[in-house]
Amino acid sequence: MIVSHLPVLQVVVPLLAALIVAVVRSGTVSWMVTFLVSSAMPFIAFALLFQLLSSGPFTYEIGGWVAPFGIEYRVDFFTCFMLIIVSFICVVAVPYARLSIASEVSPGNQPFFYSLYLLFITGLFGIIMTGDAFNAFVFMEISSLSSYGMIAMGRDRNALVAAYQYLIIGTIGASFYVIAVGLLYIMTGTLNLVDISERLRDVESMRPVLAAFVFLFVGLGVKFALFPLHLWLPNAYAYAPCFSAAILSGTATKVSGYLLVIFIFRVFGVSFEYVTAPVISVFFFLAVLGIIIASVAAVFQDNVKRVLAYSSVAQVGYMMLGIYLANLSGLTGAIVHFFNHALIKSALFLAVGSVFYRLGDVHLRNLSGIGKQMPLTMAAFVLASVSLIGLPGTAGFVSKWYLAQGALERGMWPLVILLVFSSVIAVIYMGRILEVAYFGEPSSSSVNVREAPASMLVPLWVLALSSIYFGFDTRFSVGMASKVAETLLMGSG
Amino acid sequence: MYFPDWFIVHYSYMITIFLMVSSLYIIVMRSNMIKKLVGLNLFQTTIYLLYLSPSKITGGTVPIIMYDKPGAIYSNPLPQVLILTAIVVGVATLSVGLALVVRINEEFGTIEEDELFDGNV
Amino acid sequence: MTADFLILCALLLPFTGGVFLSFLSHAPNARESVTIVTGFLLLAVILTILFLFQTGSVLELKLFSIGQGGLDIGFKVEPLGLLFSLLASSLWIINSIYSIGYMRGNKEPRQTSFYFYFSIAIGGVMIVAFAANLFTFFIGYELLTLSTYPLVTHKRNSEAQRAGRLYLLLLLSTSTLFFLPAIFWTSSVASTLDFTPGGILEGKLDSLSVFFLFLLFLFGLGKAALMPVHFWLPAAMVAPTPVSALLHAVAVVKVGVFGILKIVIYIFGIDLLGNIAEARWLIYLPAFSLLLASLIAMMKDNLKARLAYSTISQLAYIVLAATLATKLSLVGGGMHILMHALGKITLFFCAGAIYLSSRKTLISEMDGLGRLMPFTFAGFLVGSLSLIGFPLFGGMWSKWHLVLGALEADQLLIVVFLMLSTLLNVMYLLPIPFRAFFCPLPDNALRSSRIQEAPLACLIAIGLTSFSCLFFFFFPGCVLDLMNMIEMR
Repeated sequence: MIVSHLPVLQVVVPLLAALIVAVVRSGTVSWMVTFLVSSAMPFIAFALLFQLLSSGPFTYEIGGWVAPFGIEYRVDFFTCFMLIIVSFICVVAVPYARLSIASEVSPGNQPFFYSLYLLFITGLFGIIMTGDAFNAFVFMEISSLSSYGMIAMGRDRNALVAAYQYLIIGTIGASFYVIAVGLLYIMTGTLNLVDISERLRDVESMRPVLAAFVFLFVGLGVKFALFPLHLWLPNAYAYAPCFSAAILSGTATKVSGYLLVIFIFRVFGVSFEYVTAPVISVFFFLAVLGIIIASVAAVFQDNVKRVLAYSSVAQVGYMMLGIYLANLSGLTGAIVHFFNHALIKSALFLAVGSVFYRLGDVHLRNLSGIGKQMPLTMAAFVLASVSLIGLPGTAGFVSKWYLAQGALERGMWPLVILLVFSSVIAVIYMGRILEVAYFGEPSSSSVNVREAPASMLVPLWVLALSSIYFGFDTRFSVGMASKVAETLLMGSG
Repeated sequence: MYFPDWFIVHYSYMITIFLMVSSLYIIVMRSNMIKKLVGLNLFQTTIYLLYLSPSKITGGTVPIIMYDKPGAIYSNPLPQVLILTAIVVGVATLSVGLALVVRINEEFGTIEEDELFDGNV
Repeated sequence: MTADFLILCALLLPFTGGVFLSFLSHAPNARESVTIVTGFLLLAVILTILFLFQTGSVLELKLFSIGQGGLDIGFKVEPLGLLFSLLASSLWIINSIYSIGYMRGNKEPRQTSFYFYFSIAIGGVMIVAFAANLFTFFIGYELLTLSTYPLVTHKRNSEAQRAGRLYLLLLLSTSTLFFLPAIFWTSSVASTLDFTPGGILEGKLDSLSVFFLFLLFLFGLGKAALMPVHFWLPAAMVAPTPVSALLHAVAVVKVGVFGILKIVIYIFGIDLLGNIAEARWLIYLPAFSLLLASLIAMMKDNLKARLAYSTISQLAYIVLAATLATKLSLVGGGMHILMHALGKITLFFCAGAIYLSSRKTLISEMDGLGRLMPFTFAGFLVGSLSLIGFPLFGGMWSKWHLVLGALEADQLLIVVFLMLSTLLNVMYLLPIPFRAFFCPLPDNALRSSRIQEAPLACLIAIGLTSFSCLFFFFFPGCVLDLMNMIEMR
């Protein structure tokens, strides 16, 4: 009985828990509820995966209304893959949150923080599951609005300005998405994604469809932090509480990317040549520029969180490359990078958060000698950096391998040069941090700093080790990603 | 189609586009954070127009099935429903935005972006 | 089954030893015993593998399949790798004995982390030596870069920091900018990366592409220190001497040239390279590096810097052997990995011993020291003569084969280059022991100071390596037999 309602439970459980948490007064209790709910999420995600493996893709009709009249949730490999990414990051990171949030958010606000966090993952799960374009917008706004709150709770007062700016840009992005959905609705008379894609066949060469696609790409590009629409991201990550930054970098951008990929390949897939290809080419060139500019910008940042933020923009560029290549290897590379980058970047942000927890500051000049004071934290940081750079035997390498394969299959070898070039810049900006951490003498503020507590170290190490592990055992990551890429490309073939 | 006819058919889009562009102009050009939010809200409102205007069918009536009038034309109710949701989202966004502005005013003593970014605060 | 077990043992022993000894930071004796015991265990495992291999067993181990296009992790025993692993593991033992004397004598800080990273580096060498494909090789290669970085920067001062930055940046950027694209290219052309006798690229690339791919590999393996990507090697000399001795004369640099040899034999295949006119031009690249490095070495007064440039020039011999791509030259190249390693590690041991006893690093200050440290300088003389290729010393055989290989390839000019550089070798190496023995001590103050021989542990190490320089002159057969087992076609 309950098994047949699993798809909706994934969304409803955190939503209800958010309400409960909001009325709780104590930070610890609210954290415990959050933890319980978050730990249930991967179970549901894996249960859905097993159901999927045994019975093939299936749908769930909300309230028993049949699609296209009602909203349907769709469970296929891409959905499950994204659900597992998001729920895995969440379940690993939540134990970390208790101390980290306790130190950065005032006690009275902690329940609200956890409530926002639960709403945030509700939104993400909703976007992933839903098969309805407008429903996706509602969930997008749920997750965005709660992420504005999560960013604004940062200790630094600049967090407020960062959240405000993100609110303005993010709302414009979401509105662009709604405009796109509206235009599609005008043209096709339906909001169900499968339905839209079928009816687009008849109207694909009409101008509103093209306009819809441009609006869609720009709108989702803002959330996906595609260069040059990434301007909100560095400030948001830099001033948000470290836990929020880790969650946002690991999940929010990936889910927007997911929606973008779904629209490109599944909804507009049939009209790929006429509509999508020219627009994507524009964004491809911007992505190339973005990889270079963001990587170089990362070298000159003073705040470590900002370094990581700029690096995220560059990594989003990688994903865009894979989407542009639109062949099996390239798209597999992009999708597997959703997973790998989520692990790597979350691990890095958690490491930075541990330093912030002890030191209260993560500007480069204050980090000198931190490698001696916090050896375990920084060792995990080193592992994740190696994976970010993409040395062989790490998760980062696997993504890069598939992207390069995809580029070479299309004869675009300059992209390979771009990939390796940006890796070298990554060596520079990560090496800069590590050099200060290991070679500097501990300053007066950091001399009494101790290792982070175990509840922070364990999540950090789980993520750091898995960013290495998935460089060797790729049966899950690449296996899923290539299956997803295959089905997506069949739609657009 | 002659221009006057064309205009009569499309005028709602003209208004929508005009409002949309002017609201974006407000968001970009105004330094006052409240005014920016006003622009943002206006922008969202224009989207409501975009949805609602095509949903009205000439001669269409309320979408409640009338068995005594077979062949009656009904207006599409779905955009209304969608926009109801969008209005809720818009209100939520506006309130979060205003709350942030209040907090910014408390912390920095100003809500002018120019002053914030000049580093005078 | 036994094959799997043995290869796994060889791969995991250094890591296990490293982890184990890192818990023993408060018991130096136990820590160093662990290092040496691990070394002996490793050597025993590799000797067993050697025995099995010579009886004709095929030893292979496939671990993971990571992705399409040959992205596998697999290990396979072949003669060149066996020689290399044997060399690294036996010298690791000797070097550990030497390190005990050096590190304690010098009262170096952070000795536990020194031994730890050293073991990890040896683990990287084992991965490289037994790698069955380019990707596995690449993992070991990068692991070696990363694990030697803390060793290079062991002193943790600003000089070490600068040198470490150059070291890491140069090695990582050459490997990602050149080696990685070369791997991408190979994989996309051949859709495999396995080291296969006879090569995997035959008939799949036109000759100009072969030329560029080979060029990418030559510079991508920056550890081979082919000019102009050699700057990291002199910079790495800020490390403690045992590191320079084993890693920057044997393990790290040899990984580079070993990789080039393997790529020539098992990726390109000597038939493909030997028949392409464009690839012939690449012979002059190492030849140039060979002479120029020798000339620079002559001008260096700092002993370790001179040895570093000497290493660059000697590595160019092996790269030259690879670019000649004939059977004899490759046998010579393989042998030179061994011979140069023995000679150069002896020289570095001596340099360390001199520094330990007298704090002298400049050659011009070493006049007359030979009389105070006769044993050390005798070892230095043996090492130098072996590097020069003087008869009675092992180094002769590898040069002999190189010359034969050059003649086989009809490259008379290269023979001239080789002879010329031998002359230069004499000119930059021999003056050091001669000055030490025959020049008078500069002033009385020095004579009265109590300079004496290095600690016993260091002397044992010097004695062992100089003896093996002699040994391989009289018994080159064991190496030659192994080298002749390489399946070139």
